[in-house]
Amino acid sequence: MSRATVEFRDFSFTYAGMKIPAVRGINFSVEEGSIALLAGASGSGKSTILRSINGLIPHIYPGEYKGDVFVDGQSVIETETFELARKIGFLFQNPENQIFMFTVERDVAFGLENLGYEPKEIKKKVEWALKLLGISDLAKRSPSELSDGQKQRVALAGSLVMDPKIIVLDEPTSLLDPKTAQEVVHLVEDLKRTLGLTVILVEHRLELVSAIADKIIILNKGEVFAEGKPDQILAKDNLHEAGLSIPPIIELQKRLGLVDSDAVAMDVDDFLQRFVQKWQL
Amino acid sequence: MAVIEFKDVSHVMPNGIMALSNVNLKIESGEVLAIVGSNGAGKTTLLKHMNGLLKPSSGSVFVFGSETKGKSVAELSRHVGLVFQNSDHQIFSESVFEEIAFGLRNFGFAGEELYNKIISTLRWFDLYDLKDRPPMTLSGGEKKRLCIATVIAWNPEVLVLDEPTVGQDYPNKVRLFALIKSLIGEGRTVVIVSHDLEFLWPLSPRTVVMANGRILTEGSAESIFMDEELLNSAGLRQPQLAQLAMRLNLRSPFSSLDDAVTWFRGRI
Ligand SMILES: Nc1ncnc2c1ncn2[C@@H]1O[C@H](COP(=O)(O)OP(=O)(O)OP(=O)(O)O)[C@@H](O)[C@H]1O
Ligand SMILES: Nc1ncnc2c1ncn2[C@@H]1O[C@H](COP(=O)(O)OP(=O)(O)OP(=O)(O)O)[C@@H](O)[C@H]1O
Ligand SMILES: [Mg+2]
Ligand SMILES: [Mg+2]
Repeated sequence: MSRATVEFRDFSFTYAGMKIPAVRGINFSVEEGSIALLAGASGSGKSTILRSINGLIPHIYPGEYKGDVFVDGQSVIETETFELARKIGFLFQNPENQIFMFTVERDVAFGLENLGYEPKEIKKKVEWALKLLGISDLAKRSPSELSDGQKQRVALAGSLVMDPKIIVLDEPTSLLDPKTAQEVVHLVEDLKRTLGLTVILVEHRLELVSAIADKIIILNKGEVFAEGKPDQILAKDNLHEAGLSIPPIIELQKRLGLVDSDAVAMDVDDFLQRFVQKWQL
Repeated sequence: MAVIEFKDVSHVMPNGIMALSNVNLKIESGEVLAIVGSNGAGKTTLLKHMNGLLKPSSGSVFVFGSETKGKSVAELSRHVGLVFQNSDHQIFSESVFEEIAFGLRNFGFAGEELYNKIISTLRWFDLYDLKDRPPMTLSGGEKKRLCIATVIAWNPEVLVLDEPTVGQDYPNKVRLFALIKSLIGEGRTVVIVSHDLEFLWPLSPRTVVMANGRILTEGSAESIFMDEELLNSAGLRQPQLAQLAMRLNLRSPFSSLDDAVTWFRGRI
């Protein structure tokens, strides 16, 4: 039996000075070595949930904390942030919040240096990560002098290089060009498959990540609105209500009445295989 | 008439990077222009030349016929409103209300007119309930929405959007889409840089593809997005409706979802 790596139990959080909770009554768990996609309207609480996993909430953000969040069986509120940081790789929604060294390679190496890795080992790992994100040629550049998408790649490299058990990604592809975004999505799936990484990620564009998710959790106004396997979730007809944009190929199947309660073609190729070949168009 | 024109524009960054090289581009009044391309292609650098935030190292940029050289950002921004890619670089006020008020005051709005404009903007963008909040406590998508609202408030003739859909959910994307359509209807000009090709597609913008600081090619959305080879070389991918049409060997792509629905209904 796999153990749950991240678990929310009756969790609610109200930011200091606010009247209503940003998230409330949250219950869900993410299995070890699986990918969970967190989706939902702007302001529905996605980033708040992520901050509660890596301990920014409650250790940095003050507020009213109720219930429990467990990471690898340990309660987040009782765990020091540095200890959480060792286990959890984190990508902020705004990459500028986490890149600050003078060169890209120093920036990516920063976490490893802190953990006392050998310089040789660091060099190897950093090279690996830079290559993975297609930014080897930026190694000597200053991170502050990059385009926003390049910054996001640096931030991603910095969180992947740490070889974390869990990785928490807040809109990891929002600034990436479409080709790189797709590559990062494949990369994440690869890391899950080969290293057994547990991944929790937030993304608005379902067409990009649904195919690799083991589970989708939809938040709406701070509460869990739906939870399930991607095709079950995408087959639902109330996604707009929760603020979700529906990928065109899914919407097409809905409009044509092709959607069973839990079966839907995720992308164009899948659609062609499932239906169009049968119709012999 | 061209509202903005780039003539042989190159831009060298202080670190020696050639972010734009020899760009020639005319943006016509009343059009929607999309600029796409891979990370680091020079899209943001190009946009920052449109309101004078950056000036060319060589060549010239003309806004409504006059050169940007020697003009201030404030002067140009009245006519060309730029929404930044990174909201945190645009926002600096203590409250959402003040953030919207600031630009308007700068451009001479005052008294009741100022107040009414702020309130109607807050309401239109569904930001009214957030009006007293410090912008730094907003969610990522809320910040972006505020940045768009701030610029829309003073109603510039040219609206320039750098990745406007980042962090935007369904209702906000629908609102943004409607906004762009209505601005075009009023004869305004909209320039959009975006990696969100699904959003761009139904706008059917004239599309400029950038790579390595240059304009690789330009054309109708249809001609660009039906060219797989070009897309691959520029770090792009086909929007789903274009991909579907291509796989079905159709000569022209589905321009909208309705289009695709009708096509299939007639055949199954
Ligand atoms: N402040 C800066 N100083 C020096 N070089 C920079 C700076 N900002 C960007 N660059 C470089 O200029 C080039 C163009 O960057 P720009 O930000 O215009 O790209 P972009 O097309 O907007 O990319 P993205 O899709 O990632 O936003 C890149 O090579 C980038 O590394
Ligand atoms: N530091 C803060 N102080 C007060 N309220 C906050 C703070 N951060 C977020 N909020 C509010 O909490 C709610 C949830 O915000 P959160 O950032 O979790 O949303 P989100 O789902 O990540 O949205 P987006 O998709 O726009 O990034 C929002 O209403 C937001 O305005
Ligand atoms: Mg967020
Ligand atoms: Mg940019």
